[in-house]
Amino acid sequence: MERASVARVYDYWLGGAHNFAADRAAARQALEAMPELKSVILTNRAFLRRAVRYLASVGIRQFLDLGSGIPTVGNVHEVAGQVDPTTRVVYVDIDPVAVAHGRAILAEDPNVTMVRADVRDTASVLESAEIRKLFDPTEPVAVLMIALLHFMPDETDPYGMVATYRDSMPSGSYLAVSHAGFESGEEPFGWRRARDLYERQVTPMTNRTGAEFARFFEGFDLVEPGQVRIPLWRPDSPDDVEETAARYPGFGAVGRKP
Amino acid sequence: MTDRTFHSVSPSATGLDPAVLAGAESFARSWATAVIGSSYVPMTRAEVADHLRALTELLVGALYTNPFRTAPGYDIGTRLVEAHFTSTDTLGRTVQLLGDDLLTALGLAGDERMRSRLAALQGALAAGYSRALRERTLAEQEAIRAAVLDARDQAETALRASEARFRAMFTEAAIGIGIAAIDGTILDVNQSLQDMLGYTVEEMRARNVRDLMHPEDAASVWRLYDQLIRGECDHYRAEKRFNRADGEQVWTHLTLSLVRDDHGEPQYQVAMIEDVTDRHLLQNRLRFQALHDPLTGLPNRALFLERLGKAFNVRSPRARVGLCYLDLDGFKVINDSLGHDIGDQLLIEVGRRLDSSVAGEGRLVARMGGDEFVILVEGSAGTQDIVEVADRVLRTLEGPVRIGGHELSISASIGIVERAVAGTTAAEQMRDADITLYWAKADGKSRWALYDPERNAREVARFTLSATMPAALERDEFYVDYQPLVRLEDSTVVGVEALVRWQHPEFGRLAPDRFIELAEETGLIVPLGRWVLRKACEQARRWLVEFGDSAPFVSVNLAVRQSRDPELVRDVRRILDECELPPTHLQLELTESAIMGTADEPLEALRSLSDMGVRIAIDDFGTGYSNLAYLRHLPVHELKVAGSFMEGLRAADGADPVDAQIVATLVQLAHALDLTVTAEGVETPAQAERLRRIGCDAGQGWFFARPGPPEDIDRLLHGD
Ligand SMILES: C[S@@+](CC[C@H](N)C(=O)[O-])C[C@H]1O[C@@H](n2cnc3c(N)ncnc32)[C@H](O)[C@@H]1O
Repeated sequence: MERASVARVYDYWLGGAHNFAADRAAARQALEAMPELKSVILTNRAFLRRAVRYLASVGIRQFLDLGSGIPTVGNVHEVAGQVDPTTRVVYVDIDPVAVAHGRAILAEDPNVTMVRADVRDTASVLESAEIRKLFDPTEPVAVLMIALLHFMPDETDPYGMVATYRDSMPSGSYLAVSHAGFESGEEPFGWRRARDLYERQVTPMTNRTGAEFARFFEGFDLVEPGQVRIPLWRPDSPDDVEETAARYPGFGAVGRKP
Repeated sequence: MTDRTFHSVSPSATGLDPAVLAGAESFARSWATAVIGSSYVPMTRAEVADHLRALTELLVGALYTNPFRTAPGYDIGTRLVEAHFTSTDTLGRTVQLLGDDLLTALGLAGDERMRSRLAALQGALAAGYSRALRERTLAEQEAIRAAVLDARDQAETALRASEARFRAMFTEAAIGIGIAAIDGTILDVNQSLQDMLGYTVEEMRARNVRDLMHPEDAASVWRLYDQLIRGECDHYRAEKRFNRADGEQVWTHLTLSLVRDDHGEPQYQVAMIEDVTDRHLLQNRLRFQALHDPLTGLPNRALFLERLGKAFNVRSPRARVGLCYLDLDGFKVINDSLGHDIGDQLLIEVGRRLDSSVAGEGRLVARMGGDEFVILVEGSAGTQDIVEVADRVLRTLEGPVRIGGHELSISASIGIVERAVAGTTAAEQMRDADITLYWAKADGKSRWALYDPERNAREVARFTLSATMPAALERDEFYVDYQPLVRLEDSTVVGVEALVRWQHPEFGRLAPDRFIELAEETGLIVPLGRWVLRKACEQARRWLVEFGDSAPFVSVNLAVRQSRDPELVRDVRRILDECELPPTHLQLELTESAIMGTADEPLEALRSLSDMGVRIAIDDFGTGYSNLAYLRHLPVHELKVAGSFMEGLRAADGADPVDAQIVATLVQLAHALDLTVTAEGVETPAQAERLRRIGCDAGQGWFFARPGPPEDIDRLLHGD
């Protein structure tokens, strides 16, 4: 494993050991360039937790987690399982190692499974045997794209992809997205350097502005508080909202398909 | 992640003093603040605080418990890792915070015993934490390594499966597949291709793609090949022939594709080759059958027309094409009398002779159907070329043909058209060849005729005339002019010849020589003649009424066909009746041949007419082979001597003694038979005078008057 992978670098930042020297080296270099990156990452993962809890609380029992990464801690089925252990979750990732690992540890759980696919190949995801087996197509589903879409440049038509997923969802379903981004001129110097390093060693990223982010939710009604910087989305406690929250380099939102 | 439950410690189990609990709670809060954010813990801030408060209570409980044990410290370290406080910062901060703040928070700052107990617990916590973290790290590392192997296995299995599939596809494919390097070195060929070309893989590998060139390959095949090799195109299809190892040929559909490497550089070429030999041969046979005459094996009409069309596609202004359109003379008779079988044999032999005598580069002999053949000469240099061909054909057919005991003499008629391609079409040339063949037949058969545009124009005009004549009769385009017959003795007008004219809307005024013959051919002469007769009789009646005894008779021409019309007598009688004209005022003019060469019936008719009182005249007398002896038996009253004799009587001195002698003899003869004589074509006073002296009864011609409307005659009769 010579090259760093998105999933394993991310795992390292979360405090996991599902990674190799190359992943750790890349992760550390980015952290050196931008020490606050760690909290940025943790905050994103916390958004996932809050979003899943919210979705479970409104009755969602089917989750499609696109770009789910290496199952570390606080995975969707664990968070949602606290509310209802029979919740069904399908994880999708393109990283073969992440998927092999996920399958190994999920083997025993009949309600959870993992698919290896490029999420842009919407047909092979939506028509996968796993989804057919686990999901009730008439029941609302939550599709999660957490820290995923910033790996897709506009040329690959991520908006079209999201629309395809949207069109496949029954009414009452939800879309949750978190995405790296900021308004133009806002990018902190350290972030810029960290991103350069990351792009060189791991993969290119496409940061988007708030307006660009909003377009992913075409055809959805945003739930409260709408589209915000990630820490500001339904924080658990006021203590979690630091002064820097308003300048957090990423947007989050949850929308409901009417 | 294997667990679905949280490891929180129940605070109620400790049973501690409330003040101590409050201290523990405050410590837990600072603890939470110190460790939150070091690694991802799937809990809310409040949950983290709860969790740490429970751990603090456990720790405080351990401080107070006797006998003192360090195990809870170890346990707490383990639980921190279990909650995923995996960042080693957590341990550092925790140990430091415990040392700095815990005893103070509990109000035990100066208690040495507690201090040493705490130190022991700190040590145990660090040990428990380290151990748990080490185990967790090792487990995760092992898991991820296993996942890597798994993933690799899966990828390899998938790759092997797909390779096996492709290999099977390659080897089992019914289509021939070959792979070659860009320099043309053949790398691999599948079984189908080996079978198709008859070479083994090893033999093929020893060859280069370019060795597979076939002399019949279209230039485009190898042009496209070069483009593909240069990376300018990614695939192409072509029809291509290959030579098999056994010397046979294989016809194929070839698809050649370029395989590029990751940088887009040409890497391999892949050929897919489908054997279409059977299809090709079948197509050839079907095509041959469609384009050849099954009887003679010669090209048929379709192939001929195709080739002719191609010859006309040559865009050069000098290109010429010659056609011989040939038809056997009297073939129908042979066929009808000797049977179709003999007829067919004859056609085969004719086809063979034609083919062997004219075949050659640029020449095509085809059977058009029936006994019609055609010879196409492409790129002829001029008429002479094709006339030679036609002569050769006539010669080659001269020798008798022996079939089934019969010795048949045959001949053919040929229409020849030879012309420059420019400005004409294949269809025109065919049509003209057909017309010319008809001329050759009409001119007497066993010959060729050369297309003559003027002759064609004349025939077209004739055709147009004869086609429009019936309508013209109905539309009153015909009218009658009259020319007087003058008694030479006293210059009185004794008779008037009725001459029909056609005022044609397109060709203008037409004299009878332009259309009477046509009318005879088409049969229209009968109604036309009847019409003229009626017109003339009506006019004669008018003169009779006006001039009484001195009114002239009308002389009307009777065509051969009319003279044989069984209705003739009845028609004449009816018309005379209807016009109230006495028969003596009508004369009918017939040519010598019409009267002499006839059978009995028409003669009968003439007799009836003559008996009726109608005068009968022989027109143009002296031009045919008159049977003078027979003359006396005919119901004839007058001879009209042909104008051609008048030439010799032109001038008094320059007269031709022979002509004069003939006319004199004719007059004598006529008078001996009690016939009157009228000389036609009298043009000069000298002629008139000589005729008078000879004793000729009457004259007709320009000297007296030209043919004109009846009013001209009126004026003459009035003596103006
Ligand atoms: C930064 S991780 C996010 C993990 C998780 N969703 C979270 O936010 O905690 C992004 C993941 O997306 C996956 N990914 C990126 N592009 C993908 C694609 N086109 N199809 C599927 N997975 C993709 C990567 O392999 C990686 O595991």
